[in-house]
Amino acid sequence: MIQLIIIGGYLALLVGLGVVASRMFRGTSEDYLLASHSIGPFLLLMSLFGTTMTAFALVGSTGEAYREGVGVYGMLASSSGIIHSLCFFLIGVKLWTLGRRYNYTTQIQFFRHRLDNDAIGLVLFPVLVGLIIPYLLIGVISAGTVINEITAGEFEHLFGGNGGVPKWLASLVVSGVVLAYVFVGGMRGTAWANAFQTTVFMVLGVVTFYVIAMKLGGSPSLYENLCRASEAVAADKLTRAHISKSMFLTYMLIPLSVGMFPHIFQHWLTAKSADSFKAPIILHPLFIMLLWAPCVLIGVWATTELAGLDTTKVAANQVLAVLVRSKAGSVLGGFLTAGILAAIMSSLDSQFLCLGTIFTNDIALHYSKRPFTDRQRTLIARLFIIAIVAVTYAFSLAEPRRVFQMGIWCFSGFSALFPLAIAALYWRRLTAAGAFASILSAALSWGYLFWRSGFGLTPNYSVDIPTGAGFRQILAHYMGSASSASATGVLEYPTYPTMPVATIVLASTAAMILVSLLTRPPKEEVLARFFEIRGDSGTACKQWEIP
Amino acid sequence: MVRRQRGMGYYAVWTAVILLIILHQDNWLWENSSLVFGFLPTSLLYHMGISLSATVVWYLATRYAWPLPDEPRSAPMVTPVPRTGDRP
Repeated sequence: MIQLIIIGGYLALLVGLGVVASRMFRGTSEDYLLASHSIGPFLLLMSLFGTTMTAFALVGSTGEAYREGVGVYGMLASSSGIIHSLCFFLIGVKLWTLGRRYNYTTQIQFFRHRLDNDAIGLVLFPVLVGLIIPYLLIGVISAGTVINEITAGEFEHLFGGNGGVPKWLASLVVSGVVLAYVFVGGMRGTAWANAFQTTVFMVLGVVTFYVIAMKLGGSPSLYENLCRASEAVAADKLTRAHISKSMFLTYMLIPLSVGMFPHIFQHWLTAKSADSFKAPIILHPLFIMLLWAPCVLIGVWATTELAGLDTTKVAANQVLAVLVRSKAGSVLGGFLTAGILAAIMSSLDSQFLCLGTIFTNDIALHYSKRPFTDRQRTLIARLFIIAIVAVTYAFSLAEPRRVFQMGIWCFSGFSALFPLAIAALYWRRLTAAGAFASILSAALSWGYLFWRSGFGLTPNYSVDIPTGAGFRQILAHYMGSASSASATGVLEYPTYPTMPVATIVLASTAAMILVSLLTRPPKEEVLARFFEIRGDSGTACKQWEIP
Repeated sequence: MVRRQRGMGYYAVWTAVILLIILHQDNWLWENSSLVFGFLPTSLLYHMGISLSATVVWYLATRYAWPLPDEPRSAPMVTPVPRTGDRP
């Protein structure tokens, strides 16, 4: 019961934070959606980090390390440290500059302006919303699972099941709280809540690590306990025996998704100055390490006899919550749960707000025949946020997939749009037709592979590329000189398994380049808004500042 | 937009970024199950090192390869894109 009180208190605190932020509301839609571009380096660092680290980072990383071993850190954490900062550096800073100059609020406004094409918005809108909803689901489902596991056995007389707060109720409350502080606080409330929650989950993450290590080892010395816990881990969990090298290599493409997340784009635009980006660019890899390394260790420790978990019964999504419940006391368990919820909610809020922003600006107001007041714009955004929360919650009641796998598919879709973002900023020859081809290829290849994976139900689904020897075997088979068919008639040959994201990114990039080169180049006056005029930097300067 | 002079630092930073990406694929540690300091799996420690190196490289990038001119960095809004609801 005490855990539930602590969690309830924490949730109330967040709503309070939203209310305080709303006192600073200037009454304009720009303030509600972009905090009037007032976010400095510290808040930008914390809000970007809090937004990119979601249930995927805490619940997913622990669960995946529990299944696959320590290689999970290299697959996603160290690669994200390099690639996320690369996206902030190459895309974020430049988009911020353009956003301030041309008053963008959403990605779609940028692409419409850059490609001089209105219809691109109609294609991007369903793709972005369709990809962000699974991302939201990860958070909503994880929040329900965590609270249910932590409170298991406390309310048997009331709810039945495992005696915990039912997942549907826990997810409903968490969605409601996020909705409340986003609704009243807008982007400022979201940024404050993110900074607060990032601090909470980082501090409590360290505390969780310490407490679990001490409980598992049973010795008064932390170092001795760390050694005992790690020595008990089976050798295959300490290596990457379960992970293919080519899969590991192609995982590197997953973090590119950050370059096209619409909620990250919106956070970039809140920055007070370009200098505000320096702290996130530098410290993001360090923060990822501080969060992921303990989670991965906890995940592999959970496979040992010291943890005492029944590995046939405890699902990957439940590992962290089950360990916290069994190893931490009630009070600490409550705080640690609040920390996990903080990580989850610090992403949900930005995503809800960004969907409201996209709908308001790119659809409702863009196609409206009459002008809207600022108050009306804010109202439309708020109403759409409520609708999205309701839809996401309804989806969350369906059968959940593994958090990690669902995240990978969602991120793969965003990664497929990364080439478009880079080309829009750095490639003058990109045309609207090339952009359409890129989005269409990404959607078709993603949809096909997602279908082939059983809609995400096949764990570690891969696209298998024949090796050199494999190609020779295939050729020999079809030329009739040798048969590589197995007893069941299936053609078998050596392959490099790759992540589906590699195929999807390749398809979207190839289509974009090919179609752009085959179509008429963009108009010079459009390019002059975004690029220097070739061979005359003096003219370019004038073009840039006074278009 | 004023074109900036690209010095040695600029190329050194981007070389370091590419090197980090290459070093990330540590095939030589694939089957290594040993523990460093008695509790840290070798491959985990290696990738934590990659994370720390990334922090250093990105610090250098902000110093030597920053994409904007030094001043002013807070660009004033000049030409707003036509806002929704304000369409002609």
